[in-house]
This record gives sequence, C-alpha cells and structure tokens, in this order.
Amino acid sequence: MSRWYYYKRKAVNGLMLSLSGVAAAVVLVPLLLIFFHTISHGIAIISVDFLTQMPKPVGESGGGMANAIVGTLILIGLGSVVGVPIGVLAGVYLAEFGENRFAHVVRFLTDVLSGVPSIVVGVVAYTIVVLPMKQFSALAGGFALGILMIPTITRTTEEMMRLVPHSFREAGLALGIPQWKTTLRIVLRTALKGIATGIVLSIARIAGETAPLLFTALGNRFWSTDILHPIASLTVFIYDYARAPFEEWNNQAWAAALVLISIITILSLLFRFFSRSRYEGQHS
Amino acid sequence: MIASLDERIRTLLRRVPAPGMGVENSSRHTNLGDRAFRGATFLFTFMIVVLSGIMVYQMIDGSTLSLREFGLGFVTSQIWDPVQEKFGALPFVYGTVVSSLVALILAIPLSLGVAVFLAELAPRWLERILSFMVELLAAIPSIVYGLWGMFVMVPWIRETIEPPLSEHLGFLPIFEGAPYGFGMLAAGLILTVMIVPIIASISRDALKSVPRAQREAAYALGATRWETITLVVKYARSGIFGATLLGLGRALGETMAVTMVIGNRPIISASLFDPGYTMASVLANEFTEATTELYLHALIEIALLLFTITIIVNMLARLLMWTMSRTISQGGRA
Repeated sequence: MSRWYYYKRKAVNGLMLSLSGVAAAVVLVPLLLIFFHTISHGIAIISVDFLTQMPKPVGESGGGMANAIVGTLILIGLGSVVGVPIGVLAGVYLAEFGENRFAHVVRFLTDVLSGVPSIVVGVVAYTIVVLPMKQFSALAGGFALGILMIPTITRTTEEMMRLVPHSFREAGLALGIPQWKTTLRIVLRTALKGIATGIVLSIARIAGETAPLLFTALGNRFWSTDILHPIASLTVFIYDYARAPFEEWNNQAWAAALVLISIITILSLLFRFFSRSRYEGQHS
Repeated sequence: MIASLDERIRTLLRRVPAPGMGVENSSRHTNLGDRAFRGATFLFTFMIVVLSGIMVYQMIDGSTLSLREFGLGFVTSQIWDPVQEKFGALPFVYGTVVSSLVALILAIPLSLGVAVFLAELAPRWLERILSFMVELLAAIPSIVYGLWGMFVMVPWIRETIEPPLSEHLGFLPIFEGAPYGFGMLAAGLILTVMIVPIIASISRDALKSVPRAQREAAYALGATRWETITLVVKYARSGIFGATLLGLGRALGETMAVTMVIGNRPIISASLFDPGYTMASVLANEFTEATTELYLHALIEIALLLFTITIIVNMLARLLMWTMSRTISQGGRA
C-alpha cells in the first residue's frame, strides 16, 4: 500500500516536471516560427532599393519604403520630445522627493497608464490633436507615442536613481553642495546609463506600435517630413501591405517586418547588455 | 532607517547655518535653488496626473451624444448599423471577452509550466537563454504577430486544427460550423502566444521571490520536487494571479494581431470557428470612417468602455502583486 503510494508520488513528480519542460519548449515554437517566416519571406525582398526608394503605384513592381523608415524615425523623435522630459523628471521627483501621498498616487497612475490599451491612447490623441486641427498629422501620432513612453521611462528612472547609494547624496551634501546640484550632478549622472537604457527600451516598444497611429499619423504613400501632415510609418506600412490583395505587396510587408524586428532586436540587445553590466555591478 | 537619516541631514543642512562667510545669503540661495528644482520636477510629475485626467475627460466628453442617445442599452444591444445610426456594442464586448478567455484558458497552464521550469528546474545557463527568448517574444510588435497570424497561423488552423476538431468534437456548439480559419479560435490562439511571455516572466519572478526556507521545509518533510513546487506555487499564488490578470489586460486591449485574424464581423456566435469582432478591432477599422458625429461618439464610447474594463483588470492585478510582496516581506520578518 505505502509502496504504491510512494511509486505514485514519484511518477507524478516525473510527469509534472517533464510537462513543465515541454511547456517551455512549446512556448519557443512560435518564436522560432515567427523569426523563420519573417526572415525567409523578407530576405529575398530586402535590398538597397527597398530601403531607399519610394513605394511604387499599384500595378508597378518594385519600390521601397524609404518614406516609412523616415516617418517612423520622425514619429519616434516627436514621441521622445513628449515622453522623455516628463518621464525622466517625474522619475527624479519620485526617487528624490517621493515619500508623500502625491507620489504614491503618481506611481499608481503610471502603473495604470502602462496598462491602457494603445488604441485607446490613439483615440485620446485623436480627440486632443486631430479634431481641433481638423487634420491627421505626425504631431498627433508623436503625441500618442509620447504618452505611451511615459510609464516605462518614469519607472526605470526612479529605479535607477534609487540604486545610487545614499552615501553619494550624503557626500554631496556634506561638501556643502546644494541638494539640487547633488541630485543633478551626482545622483542623476551616476544613474544616467540606466536611465538611457530605459529610454532605449521605451523607444523599442513604441517603434512597433501600430494601433495608436492608425487615426493620428494615418500613413502616407508619399514623401513627407511635415509634422502637421499625415506621415508614413513602418508599422502602418506593414498593416496596409499585408491586407492588400497583391502578393508582391504582401511580400514587401514581410520585408518591412524583418526591418522592424531587426531594429527592435538590436535595441533590446543593447538594453540587455547595458542593464546586465549595471545590475551585476550593483550586486557584487 | 537610512532614508530617515538622510532626511535628518537634509533638515539639519537647511536649518543650521554653516559657520563663517555669508551665512544668511548662501542658505537662502540654496533654499531657492532647491525649491525651484523640486518645483520643476513636481510640475512634470503633475503633468502625468493632468494627462490621466484629460484622457478620461476627453473620452467622456467625446461620447456624450452616444451616452445620452443609447444609455445602458449601448452595451446590451446587438445591432451595429452605422447607416441607420443604431449602435450597440454587445458583439464587440462579447468578442473581446471570449477571445481573451480562450487565450487565458490556454495560456495559464502553459505559462505556469514555463515559469516553474525557469524558476525551479532549469540550470542557470539555460534559464538565462530561455528568459531572454521569452522576453524577445514579448518584444515582438503586435503587427508582426498579426502578419504571421494572417499568413501562417490562419491557414494552419483551417487545414490542420479545425477539421479534426469539428470531426471528433463537432457535437459541441463551440466547434460547430465550417472551418474558415479566420475567427475567434485564431484570435484566441494568437493572443495566447502574445500573453504567455508576460504571464510566464512575472510568475517566474513571483516564484523566485518565495523564501528559500519554504522549499527547505518541504524537502525536510520528505516532499518530492513536484510536491515542493506545488507548495511554492501556492505561496506565490497572489503574484501569479496578478500576472494572469496583467496578461488578461493585455489580451483585452490587443488590437492589431486580433484585427488581422478574427474576421471582423459583428455577430455573436457560440462557435469558435465563426468570425467575430472586438472592441479594439472596431476602433481600428472604423474610426477613420466615422462619417456622422453620433457614429464617432459611439466609437469613442467603445474606447471608454475598453479603457474602463482594462483599468479595472490592471488595478486588480497591481493590488494582488502588492499583496504578494507584502506577504513575503512579512514572512521574511517573522
């Protein structure tokens, strides 16, 4: 009886542990498939022309997505103008003066904000920017992306500032340096690498956003760098080309996806590299 | 302790004038700079509060017409007819909830398995590689999931998954009808792939934060590895539940990938093979087409609805994770 019980426990143990391993393997399958399909479909299309030329009209073959790449860069720039100052300074406030009720409310709000679906942020950007200006514009898209950047940057900035040892602050104050200078010149500087990493991470996130751009930046088949007019982006380019009934456009969507994934992978590798050296330095 | 010491030093520096030169002046100057700096950072922090307020205000203000016209009937009516200007959001609410539930049912066991493997079983080098890959999975943009879903996953579902399901389990209403590929099942599957990394990586952190003594106690009582793990999972349950809710929040608001595979038809059907529509998808598809003011207001009301639902889910998630970290810090102290 008790022997059977023992065997049963052992069997259950073996079964469940292997199932856990199987789950880990299964989860990686889509990742590998997505990479495999994106690379195998996209690699044949990608060329210097694809990266530097404009989209061709329907029916003509070839063409590229230069305007979409430039558009995405402009949108990221506009987003950073909105998101970086608010994110970094709010993070500084929370780390240095953040022991009051107001700060707790803000922390809670940034957490909540990070869970708001990006399409909802797009709707808000539409009502705030597009409706009054009666014009879809890069500005509206950048505004939406900027809002989406804030939670990530605020949180990483606060965490990185808190990693700076208290003795640094005390040393600054003991030398008679005003607190604001201590914060800016010593604490912020020490945490700068970590904060930059947070910014890179948030850029990697918004570079892949589509939903908030659909009715703000809209998309544009022509060359445009005017922030008051609709602008193309890699993600909306992929969306439009994936739904188009032409096989060549579909293939170009894969190629654009490959470009996008490469950009994001490089950014997250950078993030990993920086953050690892940072944390390990702290722990050892 | 350290914080309070720092605080005390700060107050001392503020109050006690340094002996010697220009005491009055320099201390007032320091105060001014400090106050200006604090004020400036406060201002930017306050902008987060303002922005959140504006977001809510804009959505309520932008949907007044529809709020007044349809009232509560907006969420109970099935008719979505822009031509007749009749707007009911029930098919979208249904599509959002069902596709997310399908994803959750599939994702919970999978992510728990992954989390347990990463936190308890895998050797350190393997854990590092796998964790990186799971994070990479979370970093892939949803548009790429959508692209892959549309051209790879949907044909696969149509040819390999749905025919046997309808053959063997076709008597169940959820597997009824013709295998079409695009539909609720496809949406649920792509959402599963997207939320597993989130749930798995946060659950892994929750499992790792369980005090070592809990495991040692279990082993000391003669528990097998698996029995120990069940205890550890139980201990971390509020964190894991919070992670699940965060995943749910992501699934509810996910737009592009779902829009590209769900088929986009505002119907309510019990079968997972049938196409559906979600709140996020209808926004993505119809927002630029809203020709009348009432149409636009109805769409913004859907955004408001989606916002409210995801906020509630996310707040619950945060609350649970906060509970988890409190239990652990108390357990550590006791």
